[in-house]
Amino acid sequence: MSEKDSTNRVQVLSGNEACAMGALAADMRFYAGYPITPSSEIAEVLSLELPKTGGVFIQMEDEIASMGAIIGASLAGSKSMTATSGPGFSLMQENIGYASMAEVPCVIVNVMRGGPSTGLPTMPAQADVMQARWGTHGDHPIIAIAPYSVGETFDLTIRAFNLAEKFRTPVILLMDEILGHVNEKVVFPRSEEIQVVKRNRPGVAPQNYLPYANTESGVPPMVSFGEGYRYHVTGLAHDETGFPTNKAQDIERLLLRLNNKLERNRDQIIDYATDQFEDAEIGILSYGSSARSARHAVFLARQKGIKAGLFRLKTIWPFAGQEIADHTARLKAWVVPEMNLGQIAHEVEWAVGRSVPVHRINRVDGNPINPLEILAKIEEIC
Amino acid sequence: MFDYESYLRKDKLPLIWCAGCGDGIVLKAMLRAIHKIGLEKDEICMVSGIGCSSRLTGYVDFNTLHTTHGRAITFATGIKMAKPELHVIVVTGDGDATAIGGNHYIHAARRNIDLTVILFNNSIYGMTGGQVSPTTPKGKRASTAPYGNFENNFNISGLAQAAGASFVARSTVYHATQLEKIIEKAILKKGFSLVEVITQCPTMYGRRNREGTAVDMMQWQKENSIPVSRAASMSEAELEGKIITGILVDAEKPECRAEYQKIIDRFTATTETVEK
Ligand SMILES: Cc1ncc(C[n+]2csc(CCOP(=O)(O)OP(=O)(O)O)c2C)c(N)n1
Ligand code: SF4
Repeated sequence: MSEKDSTNRVQVLSGNEACAMGALAADMRFYAGYPITPSSEIAEVLSLELPKTGGVFIQMEDEIASMGAIIGASLAGSKSMTATSGPGFSLMQENIGYASMAEVPCVIVNVMRGGPSTGLPTMPAQADVMQARWGTHGDHPIIAIAPYSVGETFDLTIRAFNLAEKFRTPVILLMDEILGHVNEKVVFPRSEEIQVVKRNRPGVAPQNYLPYANTESGVPPMVSFGEGYRYHVTGLAHDETGFPTNKAQDIERLLLRLNNKLERNRDQIIDYATDQFEDAEIGILSYGSSARSARHAVFLARQKGIKAGLFRLKTIWPFAGQEIADHTARLKAWVVPEMNLGQIAHEVEWAVGRSVPVHRINRVDGNPINPLEILAKIEEIC
Repeated sequence: MFDYESYLRKDKLPLIWCAGCGDGIVLKAMLRAIHKIGLEKDEICMVSGIGCSSRLTGYVDFNTLHTTHGRAITFATGIKMAKPELHVIVVTGDGDATAIGGNHYIHAARRNIDLTVILFNNSIYGMTGGQVSPTTPKGKRASTAPYGNFENNFNISGLAQAAGASFVARSTVYHATQLEKIIEKAILKKGFSLVEVITQCPTMYGRRNREGTAVDMMQWQKENSIPVSRAASMSEAELEGKIITGILVDAEKPECRAEYQKIIDRFTATTETVEK
């Protein structure tokens, strides 16, 4: 970003371009991917920019291969990422589970389009949020974060890499077609304002290194292949040394550590923003592009004297259920607009119980949610 | 005697492989080849998929990566592209590399990326109980081909050759000394190197097809192998069911990571050289 500091810190960019630039700012040095609308601009920008940094871009034969390649590159010491959309995200699932199990940091961008199947290649949706959580088999940890503007896409892409490194886990950046393609003004932070997390290396000699140590934080230190620490990585259940095990005690310890490590550190992971929420009686809970409409609906409602406020999720998984419950006391109702059939609304219901009603606004026809739809719902319930 | 133990993770022994399995012979040939070249253990990254053969990576004292079924070559591609100074060796089975992983296999050969792929061809899915594989000969039985395999099978080496690999060779576990020399050449070769090793699975393939003991199966390898030099003057009919052994391709071709480096160098070189 050094040139940008002095010259053009303000630019007009699409979300996909901002994502690619955020990745470079986070020191991402390996990209593997397979073209798919509406994500392809991320690959195109990185194919141009990565070699200038000494980094590597490779277009693989499919998304399964892309996911395998970024895991390999990460183990070799490069921060790595891939980007895709629905059908490609489905193909990546087995290897995303591998990254969770083997604790390999990496970032997977899903610029969501309408599904299921080939669905709506050029139209937005938010219907992969549950797949982001549970797309791969088995109980596993995962982080998913969702920006709502082009500027925030830059910031959250950097954060995705930081979380991946800090917690040794795959991180999914959930964008959508609107965000990927909308052009907006971005004010880039100065390079000294950008925080980049480095891999937590072991402080011990190779013979004492336990790549899957049951550490207090739940996150073992990590060293790259080829640095004198010869260890084994497998997707099989393994003990602290990384070798396969069938011992019930070791298996349980691994699975509990893996699944608790994010929960234990949830305060560092969970992030949300509020807008006019302090005195709100109607809470609008949204994320991604839908939150843009929600914010405008709050503005319109306030003009009519209705106390509406926005609670915007920036971290989708782990879910901010506790934080949502804590913000429910003063509310008459929650309204949850999202471009799917209620995937996050269901989580909100679960979080707040029967304390207040949770109203859904859902759209799955390839169109964004109109602020007036949200306003109509607000007026109906207050 | 060769000191295998210095390359093995002794505390992980015994191996999971059955008595008579050919995979151990490949392991030993590979270790001798690595020793002969004089590679440091830290310089080697060994990557495998899923299957009996792919369990090999757990036993050797290198940087080792046991991946998902069929995908070893994709992980290996990431490693090689990110850290080209590592010698990346892939250990895989016939099912792993040519059924579920077939697409990655041909694309890695097409890219001619500097990987050494040691492919254990035992004509069967050993690990999962003897199901039919893309290399099970027509008519042979498998747990999912109880009436005999009705499909055609792959010529694994031919696939790599057609896709553009710079080194392709075939050997058998019976020819362990030749195998060692071939692996040595394959590792030293810049580019995609395939070593197809015909090995025996007496437990899941031999028994069901009444091929006798492991020794009988190796005897069969011996009797049915034809060196590539001799095969050149034989007809297709004469070669039917035979194993053509030796180096099938040894060509000089641009290597994938080195080609990418040229692009990187355009930016890291001085502006003067770029302008030239
Ligand atoms: C995605 C997926 N599908 C199926 C399996 C089950 N599976 C494990 S090993 C294997 C076949 C292995 O055969 P091969 O590659 O020939 O190796 P061998 O065991 O004969 O050495 C299969 C089908 C799996 N692990 N993952
Ligand atoms: S099942 Fe076959 S391939 Fe697997 S270890 Fe036994 S003999 Fe070897």
